[in-house]
Parts: sequence; C-alpha cells; structure tokens
Amino acid sequence: MNALLEKYPDEVQSILAKYPSDQAGKRSAVMPLMYLAQREKGHVTKEAIGQIAEICDITVTEVASIIGFYSLYYDEPSGKYHVQVCTDLPCALRGAEAFLENLCVNLGIKVGETTSDGKVKVEAVMCLAGCDKAPMFQVQGPEGLEYHENQTVESALEVINMLRQG
Amino acid sequence: MPMKNMVSLTIDGKQVTVPEGTLIVNAAKQIGIDIPVFCYHPKMEPVGMCRQCLVEVGRPVIDRATGQAVLEADGSPKIQFGSKLETACSTPVSDGMVVIGTSPKAVAGRKDILEFLLTSHPLDCPICDKGGECPLQNLTMRHGPGQSRFVYDEKMHLAKKLPLGELIYLDRERCIQCGRCVRFQDIIVNDPVIAFTNRGRGMEIFSCSEPGFDSYFSGNTTDICPVGALTTADFRFEARPWELCTTASICPHCPVGCNLSVNLRREARANGEVVIKRIMPRQNESVNEIWICDKGRFAYHYTQSKERLTQPLVRRDGELVAIGWDEALSYVAENFVHAGKNFLALASGRLSNEDLFNLSELANGLGGKSALYTHMAGGDLVAQVGVGKATNLSDLGKGSVILVVASDLKEEAPIWWLRVKQAAERGATLIVANPRHTKLERYANQVVRYPYGSEATIVLAMINTMSAKQNFPKAPKFQQGGEAVKTAAEAISAAENLIVFYGSEGIGLEASQALAQACANLLLATDHVHKVNNGLIAVWPRANDQGAWEIGYRPLSNLKEAFQQYEAVYVAGANPAGDDPSLVEAIRNAGFVVVQDLFLTETANLADVVLPAQPFTEREGTFTTGERRVQRFYPGVVRPEYKPDYAITAAISKLAGVNVEAAPLRIFNHLTAKVPAFNGINYRLLAQVSEQWPIIGRSDLYYGGTSYANAQGLGVHLSLPAQTPSLAWPQVSELNLPESMLLAVPVTILYDRGRTVISNGLLHQRIPSPYIELHPTDAQRLGFNDGAQLQFTMGDVLAKAKLHVSDQVPSGVALVPRSLGIPINSPTIIELTVV
Amino acid sequence: MAEHILLRHRAIPGLDQIDTYRQNEGFVALRKVVTSMDPDDVTNEVKVSGLRGRGGAGFPTGMKWSFIDGHNWPHYVIANADESEPGTFKDREIMEGNPYQFLEGVAICAYAVKANDAYIYLRGEFWPIAHKLDQCIAEMETAGFLGEKLFGSNISIHLHTHLGAGAYICGEESALLDSIEGKLGQPRLRPPFPPAVGIYGKPTIVNNVETLTNVPFIINRGATWYKSIGTEKSPGPKIFSLSGCINRPGNYELPLGTTFRELIMDHGRGIPGGRKIKAIMAAGASSALIVANDEALNTPMDYESVPKLGAQLGSASIIVVDDSVSIPWLINKTVHFFEHESCGKCTPCREGTYWMMHLTERISHGEATMKDVELLNDVANQMKGKCLCALGEFSIEAVLSGIERFPSDFTSVTAKSNA
Repeated sequence: MNALLEKYPDEVQSILAKYPSDQAGKRSAVMPLMYLAQREKGHVTKEAIGQIAEICDITVTEVASIIGFYSLYYDEPSGKYHVQVCTDLPCALRGAEAFLENLCVNLGIKVGETTSDGKVKVEAVMCLAGCDKAPMFQVQGPEGLEYHENQTVESALEVINMLRQG
Repeated sequence: MPMKNMVSLTIDGKQVTVPEGTLIVNAAKQIGIDIPVFCYHPKMEPVGMCRQCLVEVGRPVIDRATGQAVLEADGSPKIQFGSKLETACSTPVSDGMVVIGTSPKAVAGRKDILEFLLTSHPLDCPICDKGGECPLQNLTMRHGPGQSRFVYDEKMHLAKKLPLGELIYLDRERCIQCGRCVRFQDIIVNDPVIAFTNRGRGMEIFSCSEPGFDSYFSGNTTDICPVGALTTADFRFEARPWELCTTASICPHCPVGCNLSVNLRREARANGEVVIKRIMPRQNESVNEIWICDKGRFAYHYTQSKERLTQPLVRRDGELVAIGWDEALSYVAENFVHAGKNFLALASGRLSNEDLFNLSELANGLGGKSALYTHMAGGDLVAQVGVGKATNLSDLGKGSVILVVASDLKEEAPIWWLRVKQAAERGATLIVANPRHTKLERYANQVVRYPYGSEATIVLAMINTMSAKQNFPKAPKFQQGGEAVKTAAEAISAAENLIVFYGSEGIGLEASQALAQACANLLLATDHVHKVNNGLIAVWPRANDQGAWEIGYRPLSNLKEAFQQYEAVYVAGANPAGDDPSLVEAIRNAGFVVVQDLFLTETANLADVVLPAQPFTEREGTFTTGERRVQRFYPGVVRPEYKPDYAITAAISKLAGVNVEAAPLRIFNHLTAKVPAFNGINYRLLAQVSEQWPIIGRSDLYYGGTSYANAQGLGVHLSLPAQTPSLAWPQVSELNLPESMLLAVPVTILYDRGRTVISNGLLHQRIPSPYIELHPTDAQRLGFNDGAQLQFTMGDVLAKAKLHVSDQVPSGVALVPRSLGIPINSPTIIELTVV
Repeated sequence: MAEHILLRHRAIPGLDQIDTYRQNEGFVALRKVVTSMDPDDVTNEVKVSGLRGRGGAGFPTGMKWSFIDGHNWPHYVIANADESEPGTFKDREIMEGNPYQFLEGVAICAYAVKANDAYIYLRGEFWPIAHKLDQCIAEMETAGFLGEKLFGSNISIHLHTHLGAGAYICGEESALLDSIEGKLGQPRLRPPFPPAVGIYGKPTIVNNVETLTNVPFIINRGATWYKSIGTEKSPGPKIFSLSGCINRPGNYELPLGTTFRELIMDHGRGIPGGRKIKAIMAAGASSALIVANDEALNTPMDYESVPKLGAQLGSASIIVVDDSVSIPWLINKTVHFFEHESCGKCTPCREGTYWMMHLTERISHGEATMKDVELLNDVANQMKGKCLCALGEFSIEAVLSGIERFPSDFTSVTAKSNA
C-alpha cells in the first residue's frame, strides 16, 4: 500500500508521464514527488520517503539524500508557513537587513525562529530574483509559494497576521 | 580484439608508451611515478572532484593551417602548457604530451589542495585506525603545510563515531568527501545504501537503509577510503598497522575462493598468543580482484572462539571425557581396523584437498569407503566440463553468454554475483533461470522462469529448441518453456563463449545431479567445452566441494542407512545431526562414530570419540574453487598443541597400518600423482605470481586502497580430461503439486545460523531467526498474517518459523532458508499451523 | 532602441494571453521552421545571427546547437530557468510577461536539434511561474502549436516544466543535468559536454531563457536584421537587470554596447540620496568589482569591452554600489552567498568558500588585522584555476578585486582591531 500513490493517483501519474519510463527516467520524478509529499505537513516524513523510493525504484537513501541537498525540502516540521526574507546583496543594498530586523522585533522572535503559535517561521534567504522590488519576501506554505514585494514592515506584518489567522 | 593505438608521452622527464585512452595517472603509475589521488580509483571512472592530482600538462602545438607540428629553434616540438593545472585522473594521454608533476607550480597546486583538506581534517592521527596506512598522512608529510593557518575555533565539528550500520563506522570530521565509498556502492556493487547529503562544507555521508549500510560488500569501502573516516567495527582501535604480521590465506566460506591476507599480532592480553586482528583482501584479478564480501571479512571469529574443542574426548559411561591424544588415536585406530571394509569416512567440502586425500587413502587402505557430506551433486560432471585453464570472468563481454540456473548468486557467492554483473555490464548476455526473482536479474538480458522441480527440464528444453535447427541428438520428451526458452537458446547458439553456473536453489542431491547433467549436455551440444572462458561452474555450498569431487568423493543418498550399516564412521568437518535432527537416533545407535571438528556439534555430542581439528587460519592446505582453481593457504596462528585434519588422519592411519603421508607437501605430491586433474601441479606453481593491474601495494596507498598485493600465489587451474564425455540424458520427473498444498523448498542466504557465522557477535544483527516465506495470496488463503509464528513437520522434526509474506515467492511455494535451524534438504510438501 | 524584442509585454498589454500573442506575430516562426525549413538551416540561421548565450557564459548559441551528437538518440532541450544569480531577475519577467515567445523559442530549438522533448528547469521559488507555463503549454497544445504532428508534419514536440528546489548550483548546466535526473545537483566532469552526453546519457542542449526568447525574432526577421542591433561581436538586444543603490531598479532591454553611464545614470536615474557611485558589479555576485570612474562609466556593456575593466559582463546583472557601502561588508555578503550555495563536490570550493566566509566575517566586523586580509587574498588565489566549475572560480572575483581596488576600505576596517 503506497499512501502517496493512493492519495494523489492522478498527480503521480502525470508526474511520471513527463519523463522517460525507464529506470533513469523514473528517478527524475523524485523532485516533484518530494513536493507532493511535503504538501500535507510541510515536511517529508520517513514513510513518504519510502513511498517515493518505491515509485521511483531507487533506494530510500537515494531519496533522502535529496532532502539535505536542496534548501526547499524539509525533513523536520517547523512552522506552518515559512516567511523567507531575502537579505542577499542587492536587497541588502536597499535596506533588507534593517527590514528583517524590524520585522522580527515586531514579531517578538529572532531570525530563524518560529512565532509562539507555531504558525510562522521567519528566515533570511538568498536571492529570490526580486532585486528591483526590495525589500521582499516569499511565503512557503501548504498551498505553495507566494512572493510579496516592495514591502514595508507594516505591509509585511499584515501579510503575516493573515497567515496566522488563516 | 583490435589493437589500440599506442601513444608516447613524457612524464616528469620519463618516456612512456601506453594505449590510446589511458589516463595520465595510470600512465604515470606504470613507470613508477605516483601522482597523488583521492577521489580517483583505478577500478572506477574518474570524477575529478578532489583536485589533488593536479599536474602541468603541455601539448605539442599544431599549426592549424598546415596540420604540422610547430618546432622550436632546436627542432624539438613546441609545447604549449595550459594556463591552469589539469587533473591527471581525468585527462587521457596524447602523443607528444609533456606532463610535469614536480615543477614548483604543480607542487604548489598539490600543497594548496592539501592545505584545504587539512583545514577541516581533525588531528586524530594518534587515535585514528588509519594512521600508518593513510595516504593523507603520507602526502602531508611530503607536501603539506606544517602549521595550520585556519583558526581552530572556526573548524566545523561533526559526528565522530557514527555507525552507518553496526558493521561500519563513519567519522564525519575525517571524511574528505572523495566520494570513493559512495561510488563503489553505486557503480561497482549497485547497493546505493550510502550517499552524500547536504551541501558545501556540510556535505556528509549517511545511510538510511535498514539495517544501516545494508550491503554484503560494505567492508570494501574501508579499504578504499583514503582516510580514517570509514572503519570497521571489527578493527576499530584494535591495532596499529605496523604492528601487524600478514599471512596469505583463502576464504573458507564459499566456492569463489577469495584470496585473503590475514593480519595478526601477538598480544599480552591474550597471554602472549598471536591473535587475528582482521581479514583483508589479497589481489587476484582472476578470482576476487581486490574485493571480498563481508562474510569473508568478518566471519573469522569462530576460529578464536572460546568454545572450540581443545582436547580429544572419549565416551565413557555415556559421558564424553577428555583424554590424551595418544590414547584417543590408538582407540580410534583399533576400532577402524576392526571395522575394515565396514568403515566409512564422511567428509565435507570444508576440508582442504590434503585433508580429503588423506581420508580417502585411509578408507582405501582399510577396504572401506569415503563419501561426501553435501546436499548438492554434479561435481563429477564439473570435473569433465569445467572451465578451461586461464578462464577469467573479467574477460567476458560482448559475444559471451552466461547462464545462471537455480542459484541466488548474491546470497550463495557474492563475489561471483559481482563478477557476473560486471560481465553483463561489459556486454555479455546474461540469462538468469530461476523460479523466483533474485538480485541478479536486474542485470540480466533474459529471465527464464520455471516451477520448482523443473530445473533440469528447462535446460533440456533449451537443447531441444536448438536441436530442431542444428541436428543435436534430441533429448527425450522435454518440451517446456515457451518464448523465454527459445530466446535463451538462440542467444546460446550464437555465443562465442558460454559459461553455465548451476546452484542448489530449491533442490537436493538428485535434482542437482540431473541439473548438472542437463547443463553439461547444453555445453557439450553447443561445443562450449574444453576451451578457455567456457564451461560449467557449480555454486557449491562449501569452499572445497569441487576438490572433494575431483579426488573421488561422492555423496550418499541415504545417510540414515549409512550410519546403520557401517560399523565405524569417521565424520570430519560435517554436522549431520545438527543439519537434520532426524538423524540423531541413527547416529546415537551407530557402531563407532568419530567426529573431527572445531566445536562440540550436535553430531560430536553423539559420538564415541571427538577429535579437535584446526581452522584454516592455523594450518596450511589447498582449496579447489568452483572454477577448478587450486589455491594455497598458509598458517597464521601457529598452535602446536593442535593438529590439522590431515595430520590427525595420518596419525590414525599409521596406527591402523595404512600408509598415509603426514607432511602437506608429500600429501599434495601424492595427490597430484594420483588424481589426473591435478597432474603437473605443485606447490611451486601455486606460488607463482605475475604483475596485476591495477598496481596495489603497501608502498603506495593512494591508488588502489589498502588491499594487499599478492606475492604468495595466484593459483592454478586443474586440467580437464582429454576426452569430452558423451551426452547422457538424466531421469527427470515433474513435481506435480496437488492444489492447495504447499511445497517447501530450500534456499540459501548469506548470513545464516551456521557455526562460522553465528559464533561472531558482530554479525548477529544481520542473522535472521528461522523464517519461512509465502506469497500473500497463499498466506491469506491459509489465514496467516505477516509475522505470525508457524510450525510444521519436516521429516520427523517439528520446525518453528516466523512468517514473512513476499510477492516474490511463487504461489504454492514456501521458501525455507537453509542453515537457520529448519532441516530441509530438498523440496518437501508441508502443512503449516499457527503456534 | 525603441522596439522591445524580449520585453514586448511592456508595449503590448495582455501578451501573456495566447490570443493576444497570436495576434502579434505569435508562432509564425515556429510554423515557418516546421513547415518550410530544414533543422540544420534553422541552426545555421541562429549561428549567423551571432546570438550568444544570455545566461552568463556568452557562448555562441548556434554553434552550441551544431555540436549536438547526431549518432546518439533521442535528443533533449533544456531551458535553464534556474535564475538564482543575485541581481538577476530578467528571465522571471520574460516568463511572467511574455511566456509564449519564450516557449516558442524552446520549441524552435527542439526542432532545430531534432529533439521531441524539452524540459524547462525553473528554480523552486518560481513555483507560480511554473504553473503559469504549464497552462500556456496546455493552451499551445490545444491550439496545435505543441504535441504530435505539428502543422501536419511528422514532427512532435512536447514541453515539460520541472521545478528545482533551492540550489543555485543547479543553474550550472552540468549540475542541472544531474538535478533533473533526480540526483544531487552537482557539476559533472567535462568533457564530455551536454551536446554529446546530457540527461540520461543523451545529447542535450541547455540554453538560458532569454537566449531562447530571441530565437523567434531571429527566424522571423532574419540573422542580418539581428546583427544590426548591438555590436559586431555582441549582437542583439540584452535585458540588463539593474539593482542596488539606484533610483530606478528594474529590467532594461537595450542593445548590447550601451554604456554603463546610459544605463545607470539615464535609465536608472542615478544614485539616490545624492550619494556618489563607487563600484559596479556587472555580473551579479559573480563579478569583479569595477571601480566606477569615468572610464568605467563610458565603457560599452558588451562581452568584449567589459573585460578591459578587469571584469566580465556575464548575465548583465548590474548591481550599483554607492560610497556608503563598505567593501569588506559587501564581499562578506557575496562570500556568504557562495558558501551557502557551494555544492561541496570539489575540495577548493568546498573548503575555500567556508574558509573565506570566516575571514570575511571577522574582517567586516572589525575583528581582524591586515594579516587576515592577506590570508583572505591567499586563500582566494589558492582556489583560482582549481575548481570543478565556475561557482568556485567566480566566488573569488569580488574578493580579489575588492582587496586590490579598494585597499583603503580594508585598512580602515582593520585599523580598528587590536589583534
């Protein structure tokens, strides 16, 4: 019984259909399947790793190795929403570092921590290709990924409060 | 094979000519120049990631317009050096190339990379197992900075004693991310159960298989790891390499005959005794290359077990009591003489050629009989159509066909599994015939399924298909198989070379003899006999079964009867009562039973006399591999208070008035004179070595790892008889299984409860409790859940086993692993009930 | 240059809808190549046009297409949409505003190199853009511009999106190949190059989004027309992503050869807050720091001229640095980026970026001496020429140029420490 296959049969099939059906092609599905597995809980569980391994016909170790390598896959739970603020060079030249600091002060947490209700984790990340609209951040959550650009601390807090209420 | 073009180049001023396509690092090696490498290994394709092998590379300048070489004023070719250093491991040679590894620029490059590696590497040398055989250490002494410019507090701290599984430990601080281990597991043995994860400086090795590092070949990664990152639980903190003595040996566990080096040290805590510290591979490119499986590497502790027999025992008033050798031997000889032609020697393939020869000489001298204790037959046919001299599985590729029938090769002979897999990857056509899926099928071009009981039939069907086209004498009434058989037959007909492996998957004596005959017929009918890289190989259960068959041993069809019939039975290296409890009464009530063994086995416990023998590590001898290669092993631990099997037999013989040699050299010479296959072989020939590639050696550790070079002998193939045998058609009966009955069939697993494995605490986690496997449909039909405790009668014995459900089991079949405590020798109908 | 070739949505609203696109020369080029041109002729046209890769390497595109190995099948095309270089946001605007022209370019490339399948590898953060592209692809299939038997021919071309998951290194073409194969996105040893051995061991062409977006116009208007834009060796329009200390950050489509001054002072409206320009990073974080003097500002932005300033044009991600910025602080930022993104495969980059990061941390926080600056210079030089891929090689550019060209920034920050 492969829970991933049972829960999302159509999606799994359309993912597999993108790549060649041989051994090498099946392995390509590991990245989109990882996103699928992460949808429910915001991270990939040990069981899901086994299910992905079965679908792609590779070992559990090969699947798990991907999680550590890529920044957007998580193997541990950490807040329902990730508010990821870019503080890379071009954004930093436009005040992103101060923006992040103020935002965190307002939320009562440090960078990298989660709000007390466990809903929002605030992180500093590398360039998100929004350099002309700094300060900006992205929100990674169960529904997917959303950009919020040309932000002030006030507008950012509004977005975060909506997330915490929803 | 077409000759490759040769290319000439200069490396550090020395000229060398090598085939086109040779990598600079390998060309250098051939003229004694060791370019330091970490990620490169001569058995794997280059990846160019560690950057340690940087050299300056210059190439002759060619005028683009004329295509001519541009010359200097003095007429020598103008050489253009690249602005960047290049990696010697990934650059193929070209004509006129100039490689410099000794210039200030190249040396600085090496030093730079070393400095980078050392910024993260902990100063563990005083406590690191690799110290003394560590390439990083050696290179640092030669090139490296004496002081670190890296602030200690900024060093990354990582896990230092992380078990990847309980057999192999990882020290993440020592790891230099060379990737050799990961690539070995992925590319060479295709068990990708370890991998890199994370990025950048945090990149680390991990395993999440269950059990951890779940691979029969995991120990090899510790040989090729260039630092002390990967160590075995067996050898961790056990000894310093420079304290070790080494002896050449041969693995006693299976018919591959991997060449070993046994490392020894005299220890105070062992009261001044010499102790085995670890088993390492010894290079023999025709047998095991530079690898050994984990069973061979770790399952040696039984030789040093405290439970070993130390003194002869004799039964007095129903109890076994210790006595002296002289008394024991006299008593035994007396009884053997009395038995005369009612004497039986029952020996297994655990014994060496010398041991077996002496036993058979004793039996002959008394007018009695010698027999082979085994569940698998056909060795007489292998003696006639075995592989020809100079056969080397590494030479098989396109144009060769390998047929593996009735054998789960990865469980029965892991290194053969590896070599067959590699042959398939080189283009050989691999046909796997088995009733169920095994781990060899992944590499097979063709898979042939047949029901248990139809092993010989399926091979005979292949012959039938061919005889339709090619006028071979038709086999009587064997018409099974369908498309798969036709395709296989076609491939075999077209094959330049054909090697057939047959095993004992699901079969016992009779069926394996029939199968061997069928395979022999296949080889004969297609003229793939008496040629190099052609012939029949048996996947025996024990190391020297082939030797036994060659010397003339044959199995008995009814052991119970034998114990009842013979007045004296001399059992050596075998435990019939342990393997089959239904023999207990027969042995108990038998006339005079002598058991010669290492441990007080179930059979020994029923014997009249028990004689302690010696394991392979304490004595010398020769084994004959399944490929009919004779190889010699030497004593490592010398224990004068013990006697090896051949010596015990010689002593008994002397007292019994039978002329039998006591010295191994003399025994072997008599053997080679008497047994035609061995004619012309002597110890000197067995000791011959020739240069092997890749060059492995203790003086250069960078390159191939810490496996040992082979200075003690590569072994010699037995001869084949001048005449090829004629076709003989075996009697085959189909197993007609009534509906809703279960057929229990024996299968082999690598880690079983055999004495040599279970005596080792290290492997305990990998040894299963007795279990039985059923298909889910059968389990459901019978009302059993996965994991249920079941029982069934096997012969007269009540066996208990845990149920594993697997959809790879054919329906109507129950798989029963051998040597787990459930006595099964051939397919038997059983009835299962819940405990 | 008045007309937008690439950022056409700025002049044509709704261009991201298929009907609007069709009304504006949409798919004309694709139909032309499939129905009336030989694949090799398509490659030749692109070769003659002089189009060079817009992802940063500037390799002649037509030449790359011609390298595809005709003995090994099938062929693949991969559009590199892993835009992760700090200061780069041009591919994003193309895919958001003018997606069909990009997709048409991918399809034409597939036709030219005889591939039936093309993958668009997007960075994981472009998740909504990938969804948009999936919709566009579906609409193109419905309208008969993708799929089987295009325009009544035997040609079939399928496009698929594939999301990365937050690793800059996957934008490096050989690492991208391993990533799509489901492995760690680490660069491969080259040779062999992707046109010989790509994904699944098959010949593959990897091109940047902007590069492929040029292709429909080259086909429609011809190579000669294309060469009339830009300079002789760097023809065509380029999207310059302008960011940093600038009044008007954003993407600007201008001919190659436009000067820094024109971009920064005219289009970008100069430096805010009355500050003075100090340095220019022309290739995002992978840049050497250009001293922003008159000579630099007057230099044309093309692949031949910028190297005269001791830097590369790269992806034309122009980050402007003003005189309030401390160079030690700046290189600490770039080194942090590379340390975070280093894949770890090769020794010099894995150990070197980690080492440099610790040094730049201390230096930028005033906890270091000039000896540490010298050591930083050493470490960077030690990495040079030894790395497996460009990430390691470029990670040292800002460091080495920063120390060499702005020495006073370093002496002032180290003079404060007692060590």
